[in-house]
Amino acid sequence: MQAFITLVRRELGAYFVSVTGYIIIAAAAFLLGWSFDVLMRGLQSEATSQPLTEIFYDTLMFWIILLLLAPIITMRLFAQEKAAGTFETLMTTPVSDLQVVLAKFTGAFIFFIVMWLPLLPCLWIVQHFGGSPVGLDPGALGATFLGITLIGSVFIAMGCLASAITRTQMVAAMVSLAAGFSLFMASFIPERTGTGASDLQAQVLACFAFRDQMRDFVRGVVDTRPVIFYLALTFFFLFLTLRVLESRRWK
Amino acid sequence: MNDTPMIEVVNLTKRYAGHTAVRGISFTVGRGEIVGLLGPNGAGKSTTMRILSCFLPATSGTVRVAGLDVFRDSREVRRRIGFMPENNPLYPEMRVREYLKFRARLKGLGWRRSRQRVDVVTEQCGLTDVSKRIIGQLSKGYRQRVGLADALVHEPDLIILDEPTAGLDPHQIRAVRQLIKGLAQQHTVLISTHILPEAEMTCNRMLIMFEGRILAADTPDNLQKLMASNSQIIVEIAAPRLELEECWAQIPEVEQFNVSAVDGDYQRCALTPRNGEDLRARIHLLATQRRWVLRELTRSRHSLEDIYVQVTKPEEDN
Repeated sequence: MQAFITLVRRELGAYFVSVTGYIIIAAAAFLLGWSFDVLMRGLQSEATSQPLTEIFYDTLMFWIILLLLAPIITMRLFAQEKAAGTFETLMTTPVSDLQVVLAKFTGAFIFFIVMWLPLLPCLWIVQHFGGSPVGLDPGALGATFLGITLIGSVFIAMGCLASAITRTQMVAAMVSLAAGFSLFMASFIPERTGTGASDLQAQVLACFAFRDQMRDFVRGVVDTRPVIFYLALTFFFLFLTLRVLESRRWK
Repeated sequence: MNDTPMIEVVNLTKRYAGHTAVRGISFTVGRGEIVGLLGPNGAGKSTTMRILSCFLPATSGTVRVAGLDVFRDSREVRRRIGFMPENNPLYPEMRVREYLKFRARLKGLGWRRSRQRVDVVTEQCGLTDVSKRIIGQLSKGYRQRVGLADALVHEPDLIILDEPTAGLDPHQIRAVRQLIKGLAQQHTVLISTHILPEAEMTCNRMLIMFEGRILAADTPDNLQKLMASNSQIIVEIAAPRLELEECWAQIPEVEQFNVSAVDGDYQRCALTPRNGEDLRARIHLLATQRRWVLRELTRSRHSLEDIYVQVTKPEEDN
């Protein structure tokens, strides 16, 4: 446990002592601010019954932030240590592979959550100055952040895996970007197949419909199926990452 | 407990895809020894060290550190080893003290203990003046000391240093060597290097590696004695050639000789004495007896450098 906490602190520290951390947060704040601007314009025209979080989600900045910034957060995790050789000093201390994987994931994940925090003041400003017709339901807000957390953990875990299989940060970023984008695009398959898909196919596709599932979250609807699906995916990717680290010791 | 050797390597082989880095080597290192692993680049030194420090698995053979198998009791072994890899990788964005503390905590030292130990190794490695500076901005010599301090911070039984003086200037090399010598009292040290004088100065035993094999293992002195048998005596003397050759042939201790004319009356002779015997006094007497003028009389003592070059020479040159 001591090693785990030490490692998480070092991971978080690495984001904040280098410029990368601040660039990522600045980029996220910029994109959130942009979506905030779009949201304000939308509210000016006519009254709406949609919750604020959903209007924000409709700007699609959510996906740009997630798809672009998650790979940048995760690319350095293993690849940088391998390239610099510090992976050797790290793995020759008495820490287990599992501790390393979990600590790297946790560090990146905490940073990811911090990156989303500027969303809160944005929404608060709209609600505070927008008057009563604009709804900011705490339930919807909570569900939105739950969705961000869960989908984020899937993408961060995927990024961990991508970073573990290479020693070049750019390759890690590209692999996780491509994988993340493909996963996101799966949400659009049902529109194309229409009624042509069988029941089973439709069910499987519904599982991977990240876009629609996130829409439920921003409306304040928490369905247990996607929650479990996201957790399972996260564990799956972390398990593979652990395997990649262990493969070093295979004979 | 103290009877078990610190390192015990039996028939260690490491194959990478396509080539074999280490070919069935065996050696032991006792407690308190400073052993140098010597060899040209690509001889398998780093691979051996990586296996010892549990970073890579062996393809076959057994490796034990303090009686513990590096594969099965990997974490326990890692607790007892302080390893500084080649090129001494560090986190450049961290400060010296912060880094050492991080490493101490990672190696399982308690809060108070890690503070104490960081203080001790900072002092020991001469880092007091730079303890608040960022590692990336330090000179190479200081960075090397940070790596050493890190290897020492958890008081390991065994310290493994992979080329600790590579890329340093002579002053820094001297400082690092002094530091390593100072460690000898409390720790067992295994150093790799391809620089000979370094091993000669710091180690009390040397293992010479070449192409994945150990070619020679002995104390620096013994290795030198081994080479003395091939030493030569060079004589430059003004004497008639035939007489001179006859004279050498009569001395039973001269195994081989080679006479060549230099300038004027002088002949240059290279004598190979049997069992490396020192014949210089006898040659001097002989020259004075016969009233020959002796211009040069030297015994070429082979340094470890020659052993090293000879032992690690590629096959075709032998």
